[in-house]
Amino acid sequence: MPGPILIADATAMHRALTRIAHEIAERNEDSAEVALVGVQRGGVYLAQRLSSLLAGIWGHPVPVGSLDVGMHRDDLDNQVAPKIHPTVIPFDITGKTVVLVDDVLYSGRTTRAALDALNDFGRARRIQLAVLIDRGHRELPIKADFVGKNVPTSLNEKIDVRLKEADGEDVVCLEKQ
Amino acid sequence: MNWNRKHLLDIESLTPEEIIVVLDTAKAFKAVGERAIKKVPALRGKTVVNLFIEPSTRTRISFELAALRLTADVINFTAEASSLKKGETLKDTARNLEALNADIIIIRHSATGAPHFLSRFLNASVINAGDGAHEHPTQALLDTFTIREKKGSVAGLNVTILGDILYSRVARSNIWALTKLGARVTLCGPSTLVPRVFEQMGCRVTYNVEEAIAGADIINLLRIQHERQRKTMFPSIGEYATLFGLSKARLTKTKPDVLIMHPGPINRGVEIDSEIADCGRSVILEQVTNGLAVRMAVLFLVNGGKGPQEIAE
Repeated sequence: MPGPILIADATAMHRALTRIAHEIAERNEDSAEVALVGVQRGGVYLAQRLSSLLAGIWGHPVPVGSLDVGMHRDDLDNQVAPKIHPTVIPFDITGKTVVLVDDVLYSGRTTRAALDALNDFGRARRIQLAVLIDRGHRELPIKADFVGKNVPTSLNEKIDVRLKEADGEDVVCLEKQ
Repeated sequence: MNWNRKHLLDIESLTPEEIIVVLDTAKAFKAVGERAIKKVPALRGKTVVNLFIEPSTRTRISFELAALRLTADVINFTAEASSLKKGETLKDTARNLEALNADIIIIRHSATGAPHFLSRFLNASVINAGDGAHEHPTQALLDTFTIREKKGSVAGLNVTILGDILYSRVARSNIWALTKLGARVTLCGPSTLVPRVFEQMGCRVTYNVEEAIAGADIINLLRIQHERQRKTMFPSIGEYATLFGLSKARLTKTKPDVLIMHPGPINRGVEIDSEIADCGRSVILEQVTNGLAVRMAVLFLVNGGKGPQEIAE
Protein backbone atom coordinates (compact mmCIF):
# COMPACT_ATOMS: atom_id res chain seq x y z
CA MET A 1 0.00 0.00 0.00
CA PRO A 2 1.42 3.42 -0.89
CA GLY A 3 2.17 5.80 1.99
CA PRO A 4 0.45 9.15 2.52
CA ILE A 5 0.74 11.70 -0.31
CA LEU A 6 1.74 15.21 0.74
CA ILE A 7 -0.90 17.76 -0.28
CA ALA A 8 0.44 20.82 1.51
CA ASP A 9 3.36 21.56 3.81
CA ALA A 10 3.60 24.40 6.35
CA THR A 11 4.62 26.98 3.73
CA ALA A 12 1.84 26.04 1.32
CA MET A 13 -0.69 26.05 4.16
CA HIS A 14 0.40 29.51 5.27
CA ARG A 15 0.24 30.77 1.69
CA ALA A 16 -3.28 29.39 1.25
CA LEU A 17 -4.49 30.97 4.50
CA THR A 18 -2.94 34.30 3.56
CA ARG A 19 -4.73 34.21 0.22
CA ILE A 20 -8.03 33.30 1.90
CA ALA A 21 -7.58 36.21 4.32
CA HIS A 22 -7.10 38.59 1.40
CA GLU A 23 -10.12 37.17 -0.39
CA ILE A 24 -12.23 37.63 2.74
CA ALA A 25 -10.98 41.21 2.99
CA GLU A 26 -11.73 41.83 -0.69
CA ARG A 27 -15.25 40.42 -0.44
CA ASN A 28 -16.16 42.25 2.78
CA GLU A 29 -15.58 45.96 2.64
CA ASP A 30 -17.33 46.55 5.95
CA SER A 31 -14.55 44.96 7.98
CA ALA A 32 -16.00 45.98 11.36
CA GLU A 33 -18.97 43.68 10.78
CA VAL A 34 -16.97 40.54 10.03
CA ALA A 35 -16.56 37.77 12.61
CA LEU A 36 -14.97 34.35 12.24
CA VAL A 37 -16.38 31.13 13.66
CA GLY A 38 -14.26 27.99 13.53
CA VAL A 39 -15.89 24.57 13.44
CA GLN A 40 -14.45 22.27 16.15
CA ARG A 41 -11.78 21.18 16.11
CA GLY A 42 -9.44 21.98 13.20
CA GLY A 43 -11.54 24.92 12.03
CA VAL A 44 -11.04 26.70 15.34
CA TYR A 45 -7.26 26.94 14.94
CA LEU A 46 -7.61 28.02 11.32
CA ALA A 47 -10.16 30.69 12.32
CA GLN A 48 -7.72 32.03 14.90
CA ARG A 49 -4.96 32.21 12.28
CA LEU A 50 -7.25 33.92 9.78
CA SER A 51 -8.30 36.34 12.49
CA SER A 52 -4.74 37.48 13.08
CA LEU A 53 -4.03 37.63 9.33
CA LEU A 54 -7.14 39.77 8.82
CA ALA A 55 -6.20 41.96 11.79
CA GLY A 56 -2.93 42.61 9.95
CA ILE A 57 -4.79 43.59 6.77
CA TRP A 58 -7.55 45.65 8.36
CA GLY A 59 -5.62 47.09 11.29
CA HIS A 60 -8.22 46.14 13.89
CA PRO A 61 -8.97 42.93 15.79
CA VAL A 62 -11.41 40.49 14.21
CA PRO A 63 -13.62 38.56 16.66
CA VAL A 64 -13.34 34.80 16.55
CA GLY A 65 -15.51 32.07 18.05
CA SER A 66 -15.67 28.29 18.09
CA LEU A 67 -18.61 26.09 17.27
CA ASP A 68 -19.23 22.42 17.98
CA VAL A 69 -21.85 20.92 15.70
CA GLY A 70 -22.14 17.59 17.56
CA MET A 71 -25.63 18.35 18.89
CA HIS A 72 -26.88 19.32 15.45
CA ARG A 73 -25.61 16.42 13.37
CA ASP A 74 -28.07 14.43 11.27
CA ASP A 75 -26.25 11.14 11.86
CA LEU A 76 -26.57 10.96 15.65
CA ASP A 77 -28.94 8.05 15.32
CA ASN A 78 -27.38 4.62 15.67
CA GLN A 79 -23.94 6.09 16.10
CA VAL A 80 -21.71 6.47 19.08
CA ALA A 81 -22.27 9.93 20.51
CA PRO A 82 -19.56 12.29 19.29
CA LYS A 83 -17.19 14.00 21.65
CA ILE A 84 -18.44 17.53 22.23
CA HIS A 85 -15.94 20.38 22.35
CA PRO A 86 -16.72 23.85 23.69
CA THR A 87 -18.86 26.26 21.70
CA VAL A 88 -17.77 29.79 22.51
CA ILE A 89 -19.23 32.68 20.54
CA PRO A 90 -18.19 35.74 22.54
CA PHE A 91 -20.07 38.23 20.37
CA ASP A 92 -23.58 38.79 19.06
CA ILE A 93 -23.76 37.42 15.53
CA THR A 94 -26.97 39.29 14.70
CA GLY A 95 -26.30 41.64 11.81
CA LYS A 96 -22.72 40.38 11.38
CA THR A 97 -21.08 38.74 8.42
CA VAL A 98 -19.99 35.41 9.86
CA VAL A 99 -17.24 33.50 8.09
CA LEU A 100 -17.50 29.84 9.05
CA VAL A 101 -14.08 28.20 8.96
CA ASP A 102 -13.47 24.47 8.63
CA ASP A 103 -10.45 22.40 7.73
CA VAL A 104 -12.02 19.99 5.24
CA LEU A 105 -15.23 20.31 3.20
CA TYR A 106 -16.55 16.87 2.23
CA SER A 107 -20.24 15.81 2.33
CA GLY A 108 -21.33 19.26 3.47
CA ARG A 109 -23.25 17.79 6.40
CA THR A 110 -21.00 19.36 9.01
CA THR A 111 -21.54 22.73 7.36
CA ARG A 112 -25.30 22.15 7.34
CA ALA A 113 -25.16 21.35 11.05
CA ALA A 114 -23.00 24.42 11.65
CA LEU A 115 -25.53 26.65 9.88
CA ASP A 116 -28.26 25.24 12.13
CA ALA A 117 -26.17 25.61 15.25
CA LEU A 118 -25.28 29.19 14.35
CA ASN A 119 -28.96 29.99 13.96
CA ASP A 120 -29.42 29.46 17.70
CA PHE A 121 -27.08 32.35 18.43
CA GLY A 122 -28.85 34.98 16.37
CA ARG A 123 -29.52 36.03 12.83
CA ALA A 124 -26.33 36.77 10.98
CA ARG A 125 -26.48 39.31 8.15
CA ARG A 126 -24.78 36.75 5.95
CA ILE A 127 -22.74 33.61 6.40
CA GLN A 128 -19.74 32.72 4.25
CA LEU A 129 -17.73 29.51 4.26
CA ALA A 130 -13.94 29.24 4.22
CA VAL A 131 -12.23 25.84 4.07
CA LEU A 132 -8.60 24.82 3.83
CA ILE A 133 -9.31 21.74 1.71
CA ASP A 134 -12.30 20.98 -0.53
CA ARG A 135 -12.21 17.27 -1.28
CA GLY A 136 -15.50 17.04 -3.21
CA HIS A 137 -18.26 14.41 -2.80
CA ARG A 138 -20.92 16.85 -1.64
CA GLU A 139 -24.21 15.33 -0.47
CA LEU A 140 -25.94 18.69 0.04
CA PRO A 141 -26.17 21.89 -2.02
CA ILE A 142 -23.33 23.60 -0.17
CA LYS A 143 -20.39 25.44 -1.71
CA ALA A 144 -17.43 27.17 -0.09
CA ASP A 145 -16.83 30.88 -0.68
CA PHE A 146 -13.11 30.60 0.03
CA VAL A 147 -11.04 27.48 -0.66
CA GLY A 148 -7.39 26.94 0.22
CA LYS A 149 -6.94 23.99 -2.11
CA ASN A 150 -9.23 21.76 -4.15
CA VAL A 151 -8.18 18.14 -3.79
CA PRO A 152 -10.03 15.60 -5.94
CA THR A 153 -10.34 12.43 -3.88
CA SER A 154 -11.94 9.04 -4.06
CA LEU A 155 -14.27 7.86 -1.32
CA ASN A 156 -11.78 5.40 0.12
CA GLU A 157 -9.20 8.11 0.67
CA LYS A 158 -8.81 10.20 3.78
CA ILE A 159 -7.60 13.78 4.12
CA ASP A 160 -5.47 14.24 7.23
CA VAL A 161 -5.03 17.86 8.27
CA ARG A 162 -2.46 18.25 11.01
CA LEU A 163 -2.10 21.64 12.67
CA LYS A 164 0.72 22.76 14.90
CA GLU A 165 -1.67 23.92 17.67
CA ALA A 166 -2.99 20.37 18.10
CA ASP A 167 -0.53 18.04 16.38
CA GLY A 168 2.75 19.94 16.52
CA GLU A 169 3.13 20.36 12.74
CA ASP A 170 1.38 21.98 9.80
CA VAL A 171 0.79 19.42 7.07
CA VAL A 172 -2.01 18.06 4.89
CA CYS A 173 -1.78 14.49 3.60
CA LEU A 174 -3.92 12.21 1.49
CA GLU A 175 -4.13 8.63 2.74
CA LYS A 176 -5.56 5.51 1.14
CA GLN A 177 -7.68 3.53 3.58
CA MET B 1 -12.42 7.81 24.49
CA ASN B 2 -16.07 7.38 23.53
CA TRP B 3 -19.19 6.32 25.36
CA ASN B 4 -20.33 2.87 24.23
CA ARG B 5 -23.11 2.13 26.69
CA LYS B 6 -26.74 1.85 25.83
CA HIS B 7 -27.86 2.26 29.44
CA LEU B 8 -26.85 4.15 32.54
CA LEU B 9 -27.68 1.75 35.35
CA ASP B 10 -25.16 2.58 38.04
CA ILE B 11 -21.83 4.25 38.74
CA GLU B 12 -20.23 1.09 40.10
CA SER B 13 -19.73 -0.42 36.64
CA LEU B 14 -18.39 2.77 35.00
CA THR B 15 -14.70 3.36 34.44
CA PRO B 16 -13.16 6.66 35.55
CA GLU B 17 -12.75 7.52 31.85
CA GLU B 18 -16.46 7.01 31.20
CA ILE B 19 -17.33 9.27 34.11
CA ILE B 20 -15.06 11.94 32.63
CA VAL B 21 -16.76 11.60 29.23
CA VAL B 22 -20.13 12.35 30.85
CA LEU B 23 -18.73 15.30 32.79
CA ASP B 24 -17.00 16.78 29.73
CA THR B 25 -20.13 16.35 27.64
CA ALA B 26 -22.21 17.96 30.39
CA LYS B 27 -19.96 21.02 30.24
CA ALA B 28 -21.05 21.61 26.65
CA PHE B 29 -24.71 21.13 27.53
CA LYS B 30 -24.44 23.54 30.44
CA ALA B 31 -23.38 26.18 27.93
CA VAL B 32 -26.53 25.44 25.89
CA GLY B 33 -28.65 26.30 28.94
CA GLU B 34 -26.99 29.70 29.15
CA ARG B 35 -27.97 30.73 25.62
CA ALA B 36 -31.03 32.69 24.57
CA ILE B 37 -32.17 29.59 22.69
CA LYS B 38 -31.73 26.75 25.15
CA LYS B 39 -32.64 23.92 22.87
CA VAL B 40 -30.69 21.68 20.49
CA PRO B 41 -32.07 19.07 18.09
CA ALA B 42 -29.90 16.16 19.26
CA LEU B 43 -32.84 13.92 20.26
CA ARG B 44 -35.30 15.17 17.66
CA GLY B 45 -38.03 12.61 17.07
CA LYS B 46 -37.05 10.47 20.05
CA THR B 47 -39.49 9.51 22.77
CA VAL B 48 -38.37 9.62 26.38
CA VAL B 49 -40.50 8.09 29.12
CA ASN B 50 -40.20 9.12 32.74
CA LEU B 51 -41.27 5.94 34.51
CA PHE B 52 -41.43 7.07 38.11
CA ILE B 53 -42.77 4.29 40.29
CA GLU B 54 -41.58 6.12 43.37
CA PRO B 55 -42.61 9.75 43.87
CA SER B 56 -40.11 12.41 42.84
CA THR B 57 -40.45 15.97 41.76
CA ARG B 58 -37.02 17.45 41.28
CA THR B 59 -35.38 14.53 39.51
CA ARG B 60 -38.39 14.01 37.25
CA ILE B 61 -38.60 17.68 36.34
CA SER B 62 -34.87 17.80 35.72
CA PHE B 63 -35.01 14.78 33.40
CA GLU B 64 -38.13 16.10 31.70
CA LEU B 65 -36.59 19.50 30.99
CA ALA B 66 -33.33 17.86 29.89
CA ALA B 67 -35.22 15.75 27.35
CA LEU B 68 -37.26 18.72 26.15
CA ARG B 69 -34.10 20.78 25.64
CA LEU B 70 -32.80 18.01 23.44
CA THR B 71 -36.04 18.23 21.41
CA ALA B 72 -37.29 14.79 22.51
CA ASP B 73 -40.95 14.06 23.21
CA VAL B 74 -41.54 13.25 26.87
CA ILE B 75 -44.17 11.15 28.59
CA ASN B 76 -44.46 11.25 32.36
CA PHE B 77 -45.66 8.11 34.00
CA THR B 78 -46.31 8.03 37.72
CA ALA B 79 -47.30 5.04 39.79
CA GLU B 80 -50.31 6.71 41.37
CA ALA B 81 -51.99 7.31 38.04
CA SER B 82 -51.06 4.08 36.34
CA SER B 83 -52.23 0.57 35.73
CA LEU B 84 -49.63 -0.62 38.24
CA LYS B 85 -52.37 0.24 40.68
CA LYS B 86 -54.60 -2.17 38.76
CA GLY B 87 -52.16 -5.01 39.20
CA GLU B 88 -49.95 -4.75 36.13
CA THR B 89 -46.36 -5.90 36.65
CA LEU B 90 -43.39 -3.61 36.09
CA LYS B 91 -42.27 -5.79 33.21
CA ASP B 92 -45.63 -5.50 31.46
CA THR B 93 -45.77 -1.76 32.04
CA ALA B 94 -42.32 -1.33 30.54
CA ARG B 95 -43.17 -3.57 27.58
CA ASN B 96 -46.29 -1.51 26.93
CA LEU B 97 -44.23 1.65 26.91
CA GLU B 98 -41.81 0.08 24.50
CA ALA B 99 -44.70 -0.96 22.28
CA LEU B 100 -45.30 2.77 21.90
CA ASN B 101 -41.76 2.98 20.51
CA ALA B 102 -40.18 4.66 23.50
CA ASP B 103 -36.45 5.16 22.86
CA ILE B 104 -35.27 5.95 26.37
CA ILE B 105 -36.91 4.89 29.63
CA ILE B 106 -35.91 6.71 32.79
CA ILE B 107 -36.91 4.69 35.81
CA ARG B 108 -37.18 5.43 39.48
CA HIS B 109 -38.21 2.53 41.64
CA SER B 110 -38.12 1.63 45.31
CA ALA B 111 -36.61 -1.76 44.49
CA THR B 112 -32.87 -2.15 44.07
CA GLY B 113 -32.00 -3.42 40.60
CA ALA B 114 -35.27 -2.45 38.89
CA PRO B 115 -33.41 -0.56 36.10
CA HIS B 116 -31.04 -3.50 35.60
CA PHE B 117 -34.06 -5.79 35.35
CA LEU B 118 -35.67 -3.63 32.64
CA SER B 119 -32.43 -3.37 30.70
CA ARG B 120 -32.32 -7.15 30.29
CA PHE B 121 -35.42 -7.34 28.11
CA LEU B 122 -36.02 -3.86 26.69
CA ASN B 123 -34.64 -2.59 23.42
CA ALA B 124 -34.95 0.95 24.71
CA SER B 125 -32.14 2.59 26.66
CA VAL B 126 -32.67 2.53 30.41
CA ILE B 127 -31.50 5.28 32.75
CA ASN B 128 -31.55 4.74 36.48
CA ALA B 129 -33.09 7.73 38.26
CA GLY B 130 -32.76 6.06 41.66
CA ASP B 131 -33.38 2.45 42.67
CA GLY B 132 -34.13 1.89 46.33
CA ALA B 133 -31.12 2.57 48.52
CA HIS B 134 -28.81 1.27 45.79
CA GLU B 135 -27.76 3.97 43.32
CA HIS B 136 -28.72 7.36 41.91
CA PRO B 137 -26.10 7.74 39.20
CA THR B 138 -27.10 11.10 37.75
CA GLN B 139 -27.01 12.67 41.22
CA ALA B 140 -23.43 11.45 41.71
CA LEU B 141 -22.50 12.71 38.25
CA LEU B 142 -23.95 16.15 38.92
CA ASP B 143 -22.22 16.27 42.29
CA THR B 144 -18.83 15.39 40.79
CA PHE B 145 -19.52 17.83 37.93
CA THR B 146 -20.10 20.60 40.50
CA ILE B 147 -16.97 19.66 42.44
CA ARG B 148 -14.89 19.56 39.28
CA GLU B 149 -16.24 22.90 38.12
CA LYS B 150 -15.50 24.57 41.46
CA LYS B 151 -12.24 22.85 42.38
CA GLY B 152 -10.78 22.03 38.98
CA SER B 153 -10.34 18.35 39.68
CA VAL B 154 -11.72 15.69 42.00
CA ALA B 155 -8.48 13.77 42.58
CA GLY B 156 -6.90 14.32 45.97
CA LEU B 157 -9.85 16.18 47.49
CA ASN B 158 -11.29 15.32 50.88
CA VAL B 159 -15.04 14.82 50.58
CA THR B 160 -17.15 14.32 53.67
CA ILE B 161 -20.62 12.89 53.30
CA LEU B 162 -22.63 13.64 56.40
CA GLY B 163 -25.99 12.20 57.33
CA ASP B 164 -28.06 9.16 56.53
CA ILE B 165 -25.67 6.96 54.56
CA LEU B 166 -27.33 3.61 55.16
CA TYR B 167 -30.55 4.44 53.32
CA SER B 168 -28.97 6.75 50.78
CA ARG B 169 -28.54 5.81 47.12
CA VAL B 170 -26.99 9.26 46.67
CA ALA B 171 -24.24 8.30 49.11
CA ARG B 172 -23.52 4.99 47.40
CA SER B 173 -23.33 6.49 43.92
CA ASN B 174 -21.23 9.37 45.20
CA ILE B 175 -18.82 7.03 46.96
CA TRP B 176 -18.29 5.09 43.73
CA ALA B 177 -17.84 8.18 41.59
CA LEU B 178 -15.58 10.03 44.02
CA THR B 179 -13.29 7.11 44.78
CA LYS B 180 -13.01 6.24 41.09
CA LEU B 181 -11.89 9.81 40.42
CA GLY B 182 -9.34 9.72 43.24
CA ALA B 183 -11.03 11.63 46.07
CA ARG B 184 -10.78 10.59 49.71
CA VAL B 185 -14.25 10.02 51.12
CA THR B 186 -15.18 10.32 54.78
CA LEU B 187 -18.60 9.24 56.00
CA CYS B 188 -20.13 10.58 59.17
CA GLY B 189 -23.48 10.37 60.91
CA PRO B 190 -25.21 8.42 63.68
CA SER B 191 -23.60 5.00 64.01
CA THR B 192 -26.95 3.37 63.26
CA LEU B 193 -26.99 5.09 59.86
CA VAL B 194 -23.28 4.82 59.02
CA PRO B 195 -22.26 1.20 59.54
CA ARG B 196 -18.57 0.33 59.42
CA VAL B 197 -19.23 -1.95 56.47
CA PHE B 198 -18.89 1.13 54.22
CA GLU B 199 -15.15 1.01 54.89
CA GLN B 200 -15.12 -1.84 52.38
CA MET B 201 -16.02 0.70 49.70
CA GLY B 202 -12.76 2.52 50.43
CA CYS B 203 -14.18 5.17 52.76
CA ARG B 204 -13.21 6.40 56.16
CA VAL B 205 -16.03 6.15 58.72
CA THR B 206 -16.14 8.43 61.75
CA TYR B 207 -18.84 9.37 64.23
CA ASN B 208 -17.15 12.60 65.31
CA VAL B 209 -18.59 15.37 63.18
CA GLU B 210 -15.88 17.92 64.09
CA GLU B 211 -13.21 15.51 62.95
CA ALA B 212 -15.14 14.64 59.80
CA ILE B 213 -15.45 18.23 58.58
CA ALA B 214 -12.13 19.66 59.79
CA GLY B 215 -10.05 18.83 56.72
CA ALA B 216 -12.88 18.60 54.23
CA ASP B 217 -12.77 20.35 50.86
CA ILE B 218 -16.39 19.40 50.29
CA ILE B 219 -19.18 18.65 52.75
CA ASN B 220 -22.10 16.84 51.16
CA LEU B 221 -25.10 16.84 53.47
CA LEU B 222 -27.74 14.18 53.16
CA ARG B 223 -31.30 14.36 54.33
CA ILE B 224 -32.66 11.84 56.83
CA GLN B 225 -34.71 9.48 54.70
CA HIS B 226 -37.67 9.02 57.02
CA GLU B 227 -39.60 7.26 54.27
CA ARG B 228 -36.98 4.53 53.96
CA GLN B 229 -36.34 3.85 57.62
CA ARG B 230 -38.11 0.92 59.08
CA LYS B 231 -37.67 2.03 62.66
CA THR B 232 -36.27 5.00 64.48
CA MET B 233 -32.52 5.00 64.02
CA PHE B 234 -31.80 7.90 66.39
CA PRO B 235 -33.68 9.41 69.35
CA SER B 236 -35.01 12.62 67.84
CA ILE B 237 -34.65 15.12 65.01
CA GLY B 238 -33.60 17.71 67.60
CA GLU B 239 -30.80 15.51 68.84
CA TYR B 240 -29.70 14.79 65.29
CA ALA B 241 -29.54 18.52 64.54
CA THR B 242 -27.47 19.12 67.67
CA LEU B 243 -25.06 16.25 67.13
CA PHE B 244 -24.70 16.20 63.34
CA GLY B 245 -26.33 19.32 61.87
CA LEU B 246 -24.05 21.75 60.08
CA SER B 247 -24.30 24.80 62.31
CA LYS B 248 -22.56 28.14 61.99
CA ALA B 249 -20.31 27.24 64.92
CA ARG B 250 -19.24 24.05 63.15
CA LEU B 251 -18.73 25.86 59.87
CA THR B 252 -16.09 28.12 61.47
CA LYS B 253 -13.96 25.03 62.07
CA THR B 254 -13.84 24.01 58.41
CA LYS B 255 -11.51 25.05 55.62
CA PRO B 256 -12.37 28.59 54.49
CA ASP B 257 -12.98 27.43 50.91
CA VAL B 258 -15.10 24.39 51.78
CA LEU B 259 -18.03 23.72 49.45
CA ILE B 260 -21.39 22.90 51.02
CA MET B 261 -23.49 20.55 48.90
CA HIS B 262 -26.88 18.97 49.36
CA PRO B 263 -28.89 16.89 46.89
CA GLY B 264 -32.14 18.38 48.17
CA PRO B 265 -34.77 18.67 49.36
CA ILE B 266 -33.12 20.38 52.32
CA ASN B 267 -34.56 20.32 55.82
CA ARG B 268 -33.56 23.70 57.18
CA GLY B 269 -32.62 23.53 60.84
CA VAL B 270 -32.07 19.77 60.76
CA GLU B 271 -29.02 18.77 58.73
CA ILE B 272 -28.16 22.35 57.81
CA ASP B 273 -28.58 25.76 59.43
CA SER B 274 -30.86 27.92 57.36
CA GLU B 275 -28.23 30.65 56.92
CA ILE B 276 -25.59 28.20 55.75
CA ALA B 277 -27.88 26.90 53.02
CA ASP B 278 -27.96 30.41 51.55
CA CYS B 279 -24.34 31.39 52.20
CA GLY B 280 -21.62 31.88 49.61
CA ARG B 281 -20.07 28.49 50.20
CA SER B 282 -23.30 26.68 49.46
CA VAL B 283 -23.56 25.42 45.88
CA ILE B 284 -26.95 23.77 46.41
CA LEU B 285 -28.74 25.69 43.65
CA GLU B 286 -25.82 25.32 41.25
CA GLN B 287 -26.20 21.59 41.74
CA VAL B 288 -29.74 21.91 40.39
CA THR B 289 -28.51 23.80 37.31
CA ASN B 290 -25.72 21.30 36.78
CA GLY B 291 -28.17 18.41 37.20
CA LEU B 292 -29.97 19.55 34.10
CA ALA B 293 -26.74 19.70 32.09
CA VAL B 294 -25.61 16.28 33.32
CA ARG B 295 -28.97 14.71 32.46
CA MET B 296 -28.86 16.22 28.98
CA ALA B 297 -25.41 14.71 28.57
CA VAL B 298 -26.57 11.29 29.77
CA LEU B 299 -29.59 11.28 27.44
CA PHE B 300 -27.36 12.36 24.55
CA LEU B 301 -24.76 9.70 25.28
CA VAL B 302 -27.07 6.71 25.82
CA ASN B 303 -28.96 7.58 22.66
CA GLY B 304 -25.69 7.29 20.73
CA GLY B 305 -24.62 4.24 22.69
CA LYS B 306 -26.84 1.97 20.61
CA GLY B 307 -24.66 2.17 17.53
CA PRO B 308 -21.53 0.27 16.78
CA GLN B 309 -19.55 2.81 14.82
CA GLU B 310 -17.72 5.90 15.80
CA ILE B 311 -18.63 9.11 13.98
CA ALA B 312 -15.89 10.28 11.63
CA GLU B 313 -14.55 13.77 12.26
